[in-house]
Amino acid sequence: MPLIDLANPTRFLAFTSRFLPWLAAATVLVLAVGISLVASAPDDYQQGATVKIMFIHVPAAWLAMGCWTLMSIAALGTLVWRHPLADVAARAAAPLGAAFTAMCLITGMLWGRPMWGTYWVWDGRLTSVLVLFLMYLGVLALWRTVDDPSRAARATAVLTLVGAVNLPIIKFSVDWWSTLHQPASVLRLGGPTIHPSLLTPLLIMALGFLLLFITLHLAAMRNEIMRRRVRTMLMLQAEAAGR
Amino acid sequence: MTALAAILTRDMRLSVRQGGGALIGVLFFLIVVTLMPFAIGPDLALLARIGPAILWLGALLASLLALDRLIASDYDDGALDLILTARAPLELALAAKALAHWLTTGLPLVIAAPLLGLLLNLDPTATGAVALTLAAGTPALTFIGLIGAALTVALRRGGLLIAVLVLPLTVPVLIFGVAASNAAIVGPVPFGVPFTILCGLTLMSAVIGPFAAAAALRHGME
Repeated sequence: MPLIDLANPTRFLAFTSRFLPWLAAATVLVLAVGISLVASAPDDYQQGATVKIMFIHVPAAWLAMGCWTLMSIAALGTLVWRHPLADVAARAAAPLGAAFTAMCLITGMLWGRPMWGTYWVWDGRLTSVLVLFLMYLGVLALWRTVDDPSRAARATAVLTLVGAVNLPIIKFSVDWWSTLHQPASVLRLGGPTIHPSLLTPLLIMALGFLLLFITLHLAAMRNEIMRRRVRTMLMLQAEAAGR
Repeated sequence: MTALAAILTRDMRLSVRQGGGALIGVLFFLIVVTLMPFAIGPDLALLARIGPAILWLGALLASLLALDRLIASDYDDGALDLILTARAPLELALAAKALAHWLTTGLPLVIAAPLLGLLLNLDPTATGAVALTLAAGTPALTFIGLIGAALTVALRRGGLLIAVLVLPLTVPVLIFGVAASNAAIVGPVPFGVPFTILCGLTLMSAVIGPFAAAAALRHGME
């Protein structure tokens, strides 16, 4: 089956209903392997057991950024081709992106408390992720405020693309700003180059998180398609009752 | 070109004659700056140190406050439909509207800033630096705000939503505006470095803002 056939919502639903169970099983499997590898991974010589937070924190951060990229691609689909499935993909991705960004922030704060002695520092990277989180919330707010789904999709698509242009600028400017105020920062976010004994579990956890994201995203897209069908049916029903 | 000039003069006339729009922004700016010493204490040395930041925040909030009138009043009286169907490109028409909006709400803030700097114990260099950075940076706030105004134009509860959508995007402008002001006062970075970046941000938002706002309007109004 060519990939373009999936652009039809009905075929998409049929395909995902067969594909999702396998995807969910793969997610569970990879995450189980990843967690067992994390459990057996050696402690860091400086950070001790707290280094294990990294295995959740870093994949969540990658997904937080990857999700906005996905939303931007979907936004192009919405604005250029007016494709309803692109609307659905963007809408389903926004809460997931916000959740992964929140997870990244929360795990980062929990990691920061024992390592840096404080939950929050106005460091460049922390601040830019916080701004990313705020922008996710703005997108969610816009989705919820506009009633008509396809108009909401086009409005958020514009906002998403503007955000995609702005995010690198925010990242860059915030980095610049924090170096002004905290020269020679004590934080070593980059850290030393990771030893393979820690890198392998990290990559497997990242793969597991990616699979988790795809599973949740496809499931959310199915829900959204069905929600729209229910909405259309209700409107038709109301129209028929009004005659 | 005449159409754009007509939009520019019309918007400026409207905002001057329609119940003191510009003055309310300046009044809000004055009140925000007046509230600051109550919140942080009347320590003149501290005020002088954080004065540029206070002025920038006040100007940011004041320019945000005026955004809901940028397009919404045209939407209410139907002028927006004429602009949408006119032969002049929508992007340029919106750019003209944003320029008129900046001239009537942003520029008064820039002019008021040196006076408010006196209240915050800023020395002449600092006052000049803040006024210069505001003059270079507030157009960016207007052009970024244009996107938010276009996105929320047809919404009933648009006012608070504009703030939520626009404020995260203004982070770079705020950073480089305050950084340039501080660079002029205490260094160590030369004033030109952050100031040039601030000007670059303004130019970039002058391009992105009208295009994104036009896209939002075209897709949102049909």
